[in-house]
Amino acid sequence: MTITIDERREQALAALPPHREPGFWARANRWIRTHLVQFFAAFALLFMFLPVMIVVLFSFNVPAGRFNYNWNQFSTIAWTNVWQDPQITDAVKLSIEIALLSTTVSVVLGTLIAFAIGRHNFRGRGGINLLIFMPMATPEVVMGSSLLTLFVAAQLEGSLGFATITVAHIMFCISFVVVTVKARIAGLDSRLEQAAMDLYADERTTFMKITFPLVLPGIVAAALLAFSLSFDDFVITNFTSGQAVTFPMFVWGANTRGIPPEANVVGAIMFIIALVVVLLPEVVKRVRKS
Amino acid sequence: MSAAPVPGAASAAPADDVARSVGTKSWTPYALLSPGMLWLAIFFLVPTVMLLRMSLSSGSAFAGDGTFSFSWGALQWGNYGDAVSKYVIDSPIFQKSLIYALIATVLCLTIAYPLAYTIAFKAGRWRNLLLVLVIAPFFTSFLLRTTAWSTILSDSSIVVQFMENTGMLTVLHAINTPDSWPTWTQIFPDGLTGETRVLQTPLAVILGITYNFLPFMTLPLFASLERIDVRLIEAATDLYSSAFTAFRKVTFPLSLPGVVAGTLLTFIPAAGDPVNAALLGAANDSLMGNAIDAQFKATGNYPLAASLSVMLMVVIVTMVALYVRRAGTEELV
Repeated sequence: MTITIDERREQALAALPPHREPGFWARANRWIRTHLVQFFAAFALLFMFLPVMIVVLFSFNVPAGRFNYNWNQFSTIAWTNVWQDPQITDAVKLSIEIALLSTTVSVVLGTLIAFAIGRHNFRGRGGINLLIFMPMATPEVVMGSSLLTLFVAAQLEGSLGFATITVAHIMFCISFVVVTVKARIAGLDSRLEQAAMDLYADERTTFMKITFPLVLPGIVAAALLAFSLSFDDFVITNFTSGQAVTFPMFVWGANTRGIPPEANVVGAIMFIIALVVVLLPEVVKRVRKS
Repeated sequence: MSAAPVPGAASAAPADDVARSVGTKSWTPYALLSPGMLWLAIFFLVPTVMLLRMSLSSGSAFAGDGTFSFSWGALQWGNYGDAVSKYVIDSPIFQKSLIYALIATVLCLTIAYPLAYTIAFKAGRWRNLLLVLVIAPFFTSFLLRTTAWSTILSDSSIVVQFMENTGMLTVLHAINTPDSWPTWTQIFPDGLTGETRVLQTPLAVILGITYNFLPFMTLPLFASLERIDVRLIEAATDLYSSAFTAFRKVTFPLSLPGVVAGTLLTFIPAAGDPVNAALLGAANDSLMGNAIDAQFKATGNYPLAASLSVMLMVVIVTMVALYVRRAGTEELV
């Protein structure tokens, strides 16, 4: 028995399962599978931001008792009162002074080191790398206690305060500045500098007009990081502060008797300022583009 | 694990530098280095030596004349004996700190890897924004953020109610070190959580540590993922490896420097963290950080506190030395 080719094709088509568009669940399933890693990332971001949201939210709370852990009543009273409390104002002022000074010094020292490591080869590189890494990997308790030991041995125990806190903050900020600025230097296209030199710019001009402006964003990022690390430091400060009360020290001291919502206001303000400072260049860039 | 297989990574930099530093004077790098390194030497290295010295001294800040004496002829090794008998044998604080830190590090890695991976490969034009979001929580006081977990994990919170209703708390509570085991192994004597509560249990402390050190894991991971040449992954999939195999054989091995750097920056500082145990843990649940803090501040037994700090330093130096032997120092900074 013979069949035509057309008949054969029809038979073959009939044997195929009927074609269907994948259903909603099948498509959803596939979409979820291809986006699984993004789901986990979103979860991680939620995990990181949930406490920040709680801090901001509870700055609008009127605590029922001493402790500001449970939601009671909405109010903006903490926001209007925040600078009335001399304890908070003094602590924030001290923290800002320390953070500004230690940021300035650590950014200068750290940037110089970053240029040395990123741009030069020299003997003893390994040791230098190690000495920069160690403060980042050492527990703060160990650094704080060893600094206190040093200050005690130098008979400075009676004069612990602004100076000793700042000295300590500069120490642990330097490493983070080096890492941040060095990453920027390593990412530079050295052909830009070569081009400048080819066009008869001397070394100084090349540095001032090409290298430094290109590294500057890294230096700014490092300064922001150093400022936040210093402003926020508690453990090392706790060992080196003596009677001085920085903002984290105030929060720690207030914790046993209940942290006032005003402290949350300070936290929220810091967060908003930082977000604006960090996001502004990005926003400006997008607006200019469009 | 070694630095070599990462294309275009820092390991290639020094050779390049030689060419670039031709023409500058040979003392230039030292002039650039010296102010900052001097600062680190005086306020990091010298204090570490002072700490070692203190750990072998005798005396107390609050007893006698409040001074300490050190002599090479009479090194006070007994301080270490005290530290071990009090904080390793009588109560397992040293081991507990390391185990809490280990669990927190594993959790950090699990949470941070997908995040860093997404930012490096899947974020497109949102990449910079996401990077900013990773460090943004840094800017709110970390003490406030840590106490915020007291709200999130309070007994009546949604999270804890959910864990209780699904039976998770029953399971976590059942994970404990049996009473019949010797004292030095009693790390979770009352279970990972309570039957109805999470706050003031080991889990709350571990979660707090995980939360606080997450950016220190995410950023090095991102840095090493970002450096991966995407063409290597494409080559793997072109040669018919599945997405998972390509990840297992190409992406993950190439990201190992970041995994290790992140682990170093998370595990060791976490092992000495005093804040999470104090704010989120039970009153009697202290870790090495709290022990050192208390011996310094409350007891004034500086030599004992110093020997506890040195015990942590030994763990750090060992881990860093193992890393440096395999991968060198270029990828550290």
